[in-house]
Amino acid sequence: MAIDCLVLGAGQEVGKSCMLVSINGKRIMFDCGMHMGYTDSRRYPDFSLISKTGDFDNALTCVIVTHFHLDHIGALPYFTEVCGYKGPIYMTYPTKALAPLMLEDYRKNMDRRGEDEQFTSDHIAECMKKVIPVDLKQTVQVDKDLQIRAYYAGHVIGAAMFYAKVGDAAMVYTGDYNMTPDRHLGAAQIDRLQLDLLITESTYATTIRDSRYGREREFLKAVHNCVAAGGKVLIPTFALGRAQELCILLEDYWERMNLKVPIYFSAGLTIQANMYYKMLINWTSQKIKETYATHNAFDFKNVRNFDRSLINAPGPCVLFATPGMIVGGFSLEVFMQWAPSENNLVTLPGYCVAGTIGHKLMSGKPTKIDLDKDTQIHVRCQIHQLSFSPHTDAKGIMDLVKFLSPKHAILVHGEKPKMATLKERIQSELGIQCYCPANNETVTIPSTHYVKADASGTFIRSCLNPNFKFSTCSSTDKSYLDSNESKAVSRLSVSDDRATEGILVVEKGKKAKVIHQDEFLHMLGEKKHEIQFAYCFPMHMTLTEDLSSTSHMLCGFDKCTLISRLSMILSDELSEGNILDLGEELQVESFCVSVCSSDDCPHRLSSSLQNGSESVFFCCHWSVADEKLAWKIISIMKNSTL
Amino acid sequence: MKFTCLSKGGGFHFPPCHMLSVSGFRILLDCPLDLSSLAIFSPVPIALEAHESLDTDSVVRKKQKIEKTLDANDLVCAEPWYKTVKSLHLWDASFIDVILISSPMGMLGLPFLTRTKDFSAKIYVTEAAARIGQLMMEDLVSMHMELRQFYGPEDSSFLQWMRWEGLEVLPPELKKIALGTDCEELGAWMPLYSAVDVKDCMRKVQTLKYAEEACYNGTLVIKAFSSGLEIGTCNWTINGPKRNIAYISSSIFVSTHAMDFNFLGLQGNDLIIFSDFSTLDTTENMENDNTYCDPVPSSNASDDLYNLEEIAASLLKDDESMEEMEKLAFICTCAFDSVRAGGSVLVPIDRLGIVLCLLEQMSLLLESSSLKVPVYIISSVAEELLAFTNIIPEWLCKQRQEKLFSGEPLFAHVKLIKERKIHVFPAVHSVELLTNWQEPCVVFCPHWSLRLGPVVHLLRYWCSDPNSLLILESGDDANLALLPFKPMAMKVLQCSFLSGISLQKVQPLLKALQPKLLLFPKDLRCKIQISEANTIIHYSENETLCMPSSKESTEIDIATDLASQFHWKTLKQETVTRLDGELFMDQGKHRLLSGFRQADSKQHRPLLHWGSPDLKRLLTELSKMGITGTLKKVMDSAGSKNAAGIIDIDDPEKALIDVRETGTVIITADENLASHISKAIDIVLDGI
Repeated sequence: MAIDCLVLGAGQEVGKSCMLVSINGKRIMFDCGMHMGYTDSRRYPDFSLISKTGDFDNALTCVIVTHFHLDHIGALPYFTEVCGYKGPIYMTYPTKALAPLMLEDYRKNMDRRGEDEQFTSDHIAECMKKVIPVDLKQTVQVDKDLQIRAYYAGHVIGAAMFYAKVGDAAMVYTGDYNMTPDRHLGAAQIDRLQLDLLITESTYATTIRDSRYGREREFLKAVHNCVAAGGKVLIPTFALGRAQELCILLEDYWERMNLKVPIYFSAGLTIQANMYYKMLINWTSQKIKETYATHNAFDFKNVRNFDRSLINAPGPCVLFATPGMIVGGFSLEVFMQWAPSENNLVTLPGYCVAGTIGHKLMSGKPTKIDLDKDTQIHVRCQIHQLSFSPHTDAKGIMDLVKFLSPKHAILVHGEKPKMATLKERIQSELGIQCYCPANNETVTIPSTHYVKADASGTFIRSCLNPNFKFSTCSSTDKSYLDSNESKAVSRLSVSDDRATEGILVVEKGKKAKVIHQDEFLHMLGEKKHEIQFAYCFPMHMTLTEDLSSTSHMLCGFDKCTLISRLSMILSDELSEGNILDLGEELQVESFCVSVCSSDDCPHRLSSSLQNGSESVFFCCHWSVADEKLAWKIISIMKNSTL
Repeated sequence: MKFTCLSKGGGFHFPPCHMLSVSGFRILLDCPLDLSSLAIFSPVPIALEAHESLDTDSVVRKKQKIEKTLDANDLVCAEPWYKTVKSLHLWDASFIDVILISSPMGMLGLPFLTRTKDFSAKIYVTEAAARIGQLMMEDLVSMHMELRQFYGPEDSSFLQWMRWEGLEVLPPELKKIALGTDCEELGAWMPLYSAVDVKDCMRKVQTLKYAEEACYNGTLVIKAFSSGLEIGTCNWTINGPKRNIAYISSSIFVSTHAMDFNFLGLQGNDLIIFSDFSTLDTTENMENDNTYCDPVPSSNASDDLYNLEEIAASLLKDDESMEEMEKLAFICTCAFDSVRAGGSVLVPIDRLGIVLCLLEQMSLLLESSSLKVPVYIISSVAEELLAFTNIIPEWLCKQRQEKLFSGEPLFAHVKLIKERKIHVFPAVHSVELLTNWQEPCVVFCPHWSLRLGPVVHLLRYWCSDPNSLLILESGDDANLALLPFKPMAMKVLQCSFLSGISLQKVQPLLKALQPKLLLFPKDLRCKIQISEANTIIHYSENETLCMPSSKESTEIDIATDLASQFHWKTLKQETVTRLDGELFMDQGKHRLLSGFRQADSKQHRPLLHWGSPDLKRLLTELSKMGITGTLKKVMDSAGSKNAAGIIDIDDPEKALIDVRETGTVIITADENLASHISKAIDIVLDGI
């Protein structure tokens, strides 16, 4: 049994996430994204690798989309409406609700940029009709064998990690996730699952970020300084995600500082998006969630609709304008008007695609930007770059991999050299086999499989009873590594061999059976033959007064004294085993010792007593299991004096 | 497995309650309150009446008893107590392992349990039901506080009406409610829990999504599937190592607001506990209708259906929900007629879904006319409840979810509140209400028992107005409920709503689910013939049924990587191996996985031997190892092959091997020699 992963996109790069996983005969496509950096055929995954004939319905069991970002969903309408996939598509409720907004926005931008349109509005609507919405943690039975389940991923509203299980094989595809909560979303959450494979994003494979509060303060300070000086703040964003996060941040700050400067949203789009956010408030962080009854956090008090006539109106303001990165459209229009004044401020996200004005502003500090050959923008305004990201950092990725401890891990959605570093860390620190395949490569990993057997009641019951064995073992403590000396530490180790009492019996033409060893001989119709070791030998003793008189006639009481003395010696010298003093007998596991008074004990090899009065015979017997322990006790006894 | 029906409940507001014992775990299904028995109490009396009845208490009552007709003065004039499930008190709450709550109504009695000492059960409730249930309990507590303010703090712990003298003078109708038919139910009465109890209770609740897997103790996998009755209500599947159980509570196939009955999720379970008593209530209400006493013949249509899809399609035919919508439309027109005539409409209905739909339809109707009639919602939790219903698209029916996807509010009340067509107030005495009040109006408020909450005041206010209209859910005894408000000039519209699986659909449903074993209420036996299940066991209240386990042995999964390391040994017919690794219990499955401990060489030595060794062979094996010895004594001279004896070894060290019928003893002073000899014995003797 094996799991095959064909990387159709986001292999050693960021963009067009798409992964085809074959797991025990089921074929799942995770994400169906597009690449924002290309305008030709390279922007979509190469779907012909899934099926040469284009019969996608038979080639795929289902499609799963993790969240509504275009690099995860952008190719979906093309795949369903142009390529003709008609099978089931799964995504969370918020993703299904918000994806059409993102796709429609993108389609309009594509139009504007004069690219050939790959799908229409109707395509988007038709495509979304095929989507089956799922709730977090809801176990969805896709068909008889395939089970999928979504887990909260943070990142954007509705983002989910997906768990898929077929038979005994199981895997998780994370999509994009965030391990630390942000202003409006919680941190990713997942159960401890038994996984054969984890496919994780690795955008920040080597970065480790500190707390976001400092960065948020910086941003708020920049905005506050600007509006206090009467300037205008332009925040170019995409309609969903970042806009709401920053708006919650500003709204909160406005309340606290009692600011009255207006906050505007450019188009109806973002206002409409807030409508969705209000209904989906259960998908946000705990703190925001609790506001639903009194005042829904997405009911922004200070936010108003923006009108073109306000662009040159006097006085300070804050404006959220689409699209982000100042790709074009309204945000560009406003930027052209506001950029020449040094009072104004433009905030940019942490990452802008090459070729956009946002990217130009971030690379160096240009004073002039050539829009086309006739238009030139003088840039005198302040630029503030936001430095918080909805992606997890390297520590978060390591934490997740460690928590889930899958048998194998695959890294996608990252930059090649950084991914290689992370891969090394995962392999060396966590001992988990890790891969970072390039696009159109296939990784094959073995999957778990179980053999089924019927277990007898006696075996199951015996397994319910603890059967602990304690032993001390010395080992080198690795936690002292940094002090450059490894200390040998002896520690108590507990072993519990319940399962070894079971015996697996396979008979031709019958189902395998597990029975308890006590039932086994009965089944065979044989009798048990016990193998024991025995040894009777003399031990030195110092004479005490009361013993000297009756040295040859040891009575019961004296035996007890001797045994308890022996017990004391053993408990001092023996580091393992549980010593039981039974009066005339001493037991350590199966090792049993008693004072031997019979001269012709069959367990004596030589009956000669060198110093009759100063030694006494002890007769020991033990079974195979405690061989080592027995010899250790005997050597202790031989080397000590009672 | 053991099953005991503790109570078959009574209607929508009092769901059934059962105790189930599976794989050694005790599971309580629902923990409701019988709020209909509040009817024996008098609502907050009007000042003058109150004095009278309190002073001359028993005398007046005795007089009334002779006159035979029940009137308002017969009602118990005291701070009300609440009736819980009687038989639940016979169980020790600390021995309950799991509590499954199927609906908000099913958790109203929960704080009584959670506040008991040593309570340790895990409580599973769907997220939506937990929230709504919590709001219902908080509302109940706040309405009760209002009554309490009237009666003042209870100084005597022993209540007048609960004394035998008090009970003796109760009219038979009330006595029956107070004591039950066999006079056993007095112990079921409890004083209401506090707001703190409710909070504590909610802290102990574990919330689930629909179809989320909850694994109890690694053994039971518990899942909730939507039942369609209300928002957040559910049926349960419980999968243990020995049995798969589905519990079906009152369910509605196609709902007007909540997510539909997901019966396909219940497939593949060998035992079904059918616990939908709703048809029992509807037929009881139509006592004079004799046709209902005959079993419903399986409908012709369903006989022809054999494949699952056809059955499913026939079950999901939404004729029932159409009927419900018509019912709502009728109620709206009645209300409309009333307000047009200048009367007000009072709607003390506490079914969330019905209220939400009524709000939408009534506003639509009022809007289409020129009448400017305000709609008031008065309840301490209304604001939060209404806000909540608009943020839970995942728990609603398909049509409502479509609203999310097109960006509209899930329920119209959001818009209506914003437009100030619907007004929400926490109480009748809130200032905003007094300044906004306008008549005629439509008022939605709790509580359906007509004993608690704003309804009491409004009913007193309007009961003599012949133009006003009271819309009631038909219950057991509307006459008793309305008693304190008589004589009434107000019009009363009683209506019943769909609250479970209709009789015609029971059989096709069971056909779709195909259980091996069906637990079915005895009371419904005469109403329907079932032929689907292999075995049907009828159950009735307070009778414990024991069911043998369906699987004889337990299945165990052995990881292949572990299995490949086993040391197999071939015997006459079978191959055997000693197991290794660790046995885990996860998701109701036994799994043998390789342990964390590295296997050391000693593990491969056999620990169990049988038969008896051939001494000559043993000598040969020993000599191969360089150990020489002589066979000293032969105990058994009968010529048996495996005769017992002693082998005397003198090279390399002195040693003895004492072989007998049942065992062998190796006597030596040397560790190495001992282990060599035992290895030689392993070779000549069968062992594992």
